[in-house]
Amino acid sequence: MKLATAPLAAAARLLDPALRALQRTTGERGMIAFFLLPNMAIFGIFVLFPMLTNFAYSVTGGNALFLADRSFVGAQHYARLVDCQNHLDPMTCRDDKFWTAVWNTARFVLLQVTLMTAAAMITALILNRSLPGRSFWRAVFFFPVLLSPVVVGLIWRWILQRQGLLNWAMDSLGFDTVNWLTERTSAFAAAVGVSVWAHMGFYALILLAGLQAIPKDLYEAAEMDGTRPTRVFLRITLPLLLPNLLVVIVLALIRAVQIFDEVYVLTGGGPGTSTLFLTQYIYEIGFASLLRNPGLAAAASILMGAVLVLLTLAQLGLARRAERK
Amino acid sequence: MKLRLTTLAALLLATPAAAGDVRLMWYSDGVEGAVIEDLVQRFMAENPGINVILDNVAYQVIQEQLPIQLQAGQGPDIARVTNLKEQADHWLDLTPYLADPDSWRTSFADTLDWMRPDGSDAITGFMTQLTLTGGFANATLFEQAGVPLPGDSATWDDWVEASAQVAEALDLPAAFAIDRSGHRISGPNVSYGANYVAEDGKPAPVDEGVRTFVGKLVEWTEEGRMLRDVWVSAAGSTYRAAAEDFINAQIPFYYSGSWQVANLSTKIGDAFDWVATGSPCGTVACSGLQGGAALVAIKYTRNPEEVAKVMEWLASEPVVKEFSERTLFLPAHQGVIAKGGLQFVSDDPHVQPALEKFVASSQLVAPAAQLLPPWKWANAYYGALVTRTSQVMAGELSLDDAFTRMDQDIADAVAQAAQ
Repeated sequence: MKLATAPLAAAARLLDPALRALQRTTGERGMIAFFLLPNMAIFGIFVLFPMLTNFAYSVTGGNALFLADRSFVGAQHYARLVDCQNHLDPMTCRDDKFWTAVWNTARFVLLQVTLMTAAAMITALILNRSLPGRSFWRAVFFFPVLLSPVVVGLIWRWILQRQGLLNWAMDSLGFDTVNWLTERTSAFAAAVGVSVWAHMGFYALILLAGLQAIPKDLYEAAEMDGTRPTRVFLRITLPLLLPNLLVVIVLALIRAVQIFDEVYVLTGGGPGTSTLFLTQYIYEIGFASLLRNPGLAAAASILMGAVLVLLTLAQLGLARRAERK
Repeated sequence: MKLRLTTLAALLLATPAAAGDVRLMWYSDGVEGAVIEDLVQRFMAENPGINVILDNVAYQVIQEQLPIQLQAGQGPDIARVTNLKEQADHWLDLTPYLADPDSWRTSFADTLDWMRPDGSDAITGFMTQLTLTGGFANATLFEQAGVPLPGDSATWDDWVEASAQVAEALDLPAAFAIDRSGHRISGPNVSYGANYVAEDGKPAPVDEGVRTFVGKLVEWTEEGRMLRDVWVSAAGSTYRAAAEDFINAQIPFYYSGSWQVANLSTKIGDAFDWVATGSPCGTVACSGLQGGAALVAIKYTRNPEEVAKVMEWLASEPVVKEFSERTLFLPAHQGVIAKGGLQFVSDDPHVQPALEKFVASSQLVAPAAQLLPPWKWANAYYGALVTRTSQVMAGELSLDDAFTRMDQDIADAVAQAAQ
């Protein structure tokens, strides 16, 4: 042990005079700033600078990539994005695709988070029981989390496409086949379902950890009192699992707002714009479309970022409230 | 000072070639990836001082990533592209580096303007192939269904009706498909009287020609005659080809273009008989749309002299001839065309008649279609067409709303470019 720490101690002895001199010159606050500087520099270069650059794009126009070649247009892109006769009806909006993406994302978040939380909760409750091969089943439910989103999208596309595995099975059993990915309702349902399948294992694991932290004696006392299982769940399990559940909901919410890769591979945003979500809208307008507009994409990403900040603040508020309790 | 550091650019920059190196970005529709690799090896053997690095990429990279690299002042030294005019500011004028620029101007006289900024006389590259949109029919399926192939003057309605009879008789998923691309439906639009270009050279409002053909296309999709998957299964202007459905004999008629000949020949083999049909007729023409891919030099190269040597070698008459014969592409080199005698390298009996059909069909290209390959706003028009038409097919927009939105999208693109 001494051998291992000896070089460190020697280095500390070497640095000590320099650090003391620095402290004398700059004071304690200066020392704090000195130690924080590397981290702040990394944050500034890789987070703050891109954010500011993105904002600069959002207030400039044209097709050029260099800011110096772009003309200042003020809030023109923001005005275009929010210009609507009726925000609930995207077709009355100046940029109908943006609002279609907004409402698609809102519907997706509501459905996906609800279904995923419920599925994760049920899975965690089942996996918390003493089942034969419990570890195997835990691995089975967690496995999709390990897959790349692109792989997830491709697997399900091969299953759901017109000549896919599901239609082959239905045809073999004598059922009419369905064009799952080209009908608006089924394509949206597929996007939600695939996303739940891909991410549920991660959230089930968080809830499982929460379930295992609940003291067993509470359940034993309830059993001795002859309490019904529903009441045990509502009065013991759910309240004690609430902190974990809040984390799951908020994390799932943030992730659902950012949905892109697996759905992009699965449906490409179609049919029409039925599964066009905000991130894909930004990607397409910024990079991929023949009607490319980097400024508009930047403005849309800033609006989306504002929503994510609100969700993060909500998470912090809820976490603090849970801690106080 | 230009602000060069953006996260966007940092993520997407291509590695520029070192001194003596020439990086060539190439995409393939058929067998041309293997052919260019072979040619590049031969060039390097003849020119030991120049190292050509060939990057074979997907077409999507050319469409989506290369423009960002170019905007950032980066990218390869040479690229094979289809978006020629809109990105022309990024191409290098090879004139001062070429041994014989006059010969180049003579050899590629008709198409040089497609790939240089308006009003310029720069030599920026050459067309590796000339293409023409047109149809392909699965002759075996038509024969099995007992439906005769429509003739040369058959209309779109005739072709769709005949293909629908084949599909019904043989229980196929659909009668036909067109690639999901604004470019692909522009020939048919012109055949129904569309004109995209206004008198001032800017985009004209969507007219009756567009309304007629797009209306038919939507109707055919609703009726299940056009394969729904191709156009409906994506958002925005994403490109989707329907070649695989034709190759798998799922549709008796497929509208794409001459660049598919090698692809179809390779993948279909002797599984069934297929023929090129030219473009079905509309009310005013039987027009396809010309186009093609060009090899262009990028002006951000550090090795313009080496780039010019590579380009000059690849654009030379014997190399163009060999490239065309091996890839089954129609050449743009005037010398090669004038001398004729191209011996396309294929044992497939479908290939030669197909290419001859495309050559014959090139005489039928309508004047309004001839304006489009070198037109700056073509991509804006194509993007609006494909995005909005597929929304109508998905049941999200009415046709009238879609046409209003197309005009708006195109006007936005023009306004944005002016900023």
